[in-house]
Amino acid sequence: MSSIVEPVPPGTLRLAGRRARDWIPAAVVLVGGVALWQVLVDALNIQKFILPTPTEIISALKENWSTLRVRGVATFEVALGGFGIGAGLGALAALFLARWRRLGRALLPYAIAANAIPIIAFAPIFNNWFGLLNPVSKMAISSVICFFPVMINSLRGLTSVHPSSIELMRSYAAGEAATFRRVRIPSSLPYLFSGLKVATVLAMIGAVVSQYFGGSRTTSLGLFIKENTAEARFAQAWAAIVVASVLGVALYLTVALIERFVLRWHPSVRGGEARVNDTSSGRTKGGGG
Amino acid sequence: MSTPADVAVSLRGVSKRYAGRAGRSIDALSPIDLDVRAGEFVSLIGPSGCGKSTLLRVVGDLIAPTEGKILVNGKPAHQARLDRDYGIVFQDPVLYDWRTVGRNIALPLEMLGWDRARRAARVEEMLELVELTGFEDHHPWQLSGGMQQRVSIGRALSFSPALLLMDEPFGALDEMTRERLNIELLRIWERSGCTVLFVTHSITEAVFLSTRVAVMSSRPGRIAAVVDIELTRPRGAETRVAPRFFELVTAVRGRLRGAGAELDVRDEALPDEALMLAEEER
Repeated sequence: MSSIVEPVPPGTLRLAGRRARDWIPAAVVLVGGVALWQVLVDALNIQKFILPTPTEIISALKENWSTLRVRGVATFEVALGGFGIGAGLGALAALFLARWRRLGRALLPYAIAANAIPIIAFAPIFNNWFGLLNPVSKMAISSVICFFPVMINSLRGLTSVHPSSIELMRSYAAGEAATFRRVRIPSSLPYLFSGLKVATVLAMIGAVVSQYFGGSRTTSLGLFIKENTAEARFAQAWAAIVVASVLGVALYLTVALIERFVLRWHPSVRGGEARVNDTSSGRTKGGGG
Repeated sequence: MSTPADVAVSLRGVSKRYAGRAGRSIDALSPIDLDVRAGEFVSLIGPSGCGKSTLLRVVGDLIAPTEGKILVNGKPAHQARLDRDYGIVFQDPVLYDWRTVGRNIALPLEMLGWDRARRAARVEEMLELVELTGFEDHHPWQLSGGMQQRVSIGRALSFSPALLLMDEPFGALDEMTRERLNIELLRIWERSGCTVLFVTHSITEAVFLSTRVAVMSSRPGRIAAVVDIELTRPRGAETRVAPRFFELVTAVRGRLRGAGAELDVRDEALPDEALMLAEEER
């Protein structure tokens, strides 16, 4: 009778070990890079307004911490709100365009054309629409920027399902709703998440850059950078950039972490080694029987 | 037209023509007549582009024929699909990676609205039938290709359809695995008592499995000959070395040659093309 080939157990521990090994070189590069920066700026006597040393940036961070913290949190809220609204609407629009393909085909060229518009150019106009001091004017920029990568990626995911998967659902007399719920949406999730990850970065850029165009000073990381640069306090400006970067990375990592959890089943997360191939199963059988 | 109760699939004058580019049309199937009796195992064999996969999809109401009448279990094919009268297995197992093996098998049962307990009991039965007991909580990608295809067969049979449509289900597997799964499929077929319509491009596989082999020729696809396979059952490894087996293989091969078939052509170009066109139409 047939012998059953044991599947390779999911090598979670091995995977974790490999991840730790991947981490160390990157950490070494970070520490080495910062040290090199410090040494080179001192040795070559580079002017402060061109590039401050890491230690100067760190002390500026410490001195301005209370201001930077408040402004950082406020800016992060703008980015997060813009991300939530933009990504949510983007995913909904993708569902809509995937469900009604004909309409999608009529609208998609305009969506793609709109994607080419430099959205940030709207910042002064949005300030006019929503109010200069209203954080919504900045959130609007962030959300419009986030909308497109999420929509386009999700749409691709929803529509590039293998034809046999759709035929299978048709063989069960499944309607559109069931096909979306059971096949199209789950199989589009990897695409959705790559769109979301791009959007997290864009959300932070949108928030900070839209703040350059004015707004409430007490809540604006962008204005902090702009004003300190104008007054030649470059270490302070760099300190604010560090805060914005850390917040951007945090947002990205949060989404990446959620992705790891949601897409446990996907090759990009589970690693490629878990599967036994056909040849080995055939050989096992041939050897045994 | 009245159909005898023991006819599972009845095709009368079934043809399929695709509108090609620049006003040209592609004849995928020229008028085809075929009856498959209930409980039979009928293979469709033919060269690349003979429309055997298209014919299978027409029976499953996944592709609409241009002309002709198809009855599945005495009903129009469309009604049969809505009644979930058949299960289907593709060359690719088409398992959903985000579902465990058990939940993949339970997919059609969910669609039929079975409750959790009933689903679990049937999944257990199916795993036993395809000899994958204990693999319920594994994910498809943890299994070998042969095991995945067994899951796919379990899923197709989980709701006890009277008809099983199989589109080159073992075409992507190595010879050893294929021969083992052939024997298992016969066992499953004998136990379930369903009717099987089986598409393949392997002559030995068709002869080994079938009660009858329908030999198709290409462009336009038509049935050139039907060969009765009267080998004794149960069939096993010894069947493959029986003189009568070789005679029948030679007979089928002869009919394929007679039909102008080029052998050893692996992929069937037409269905993909056809699917793309069908997708565009939608």
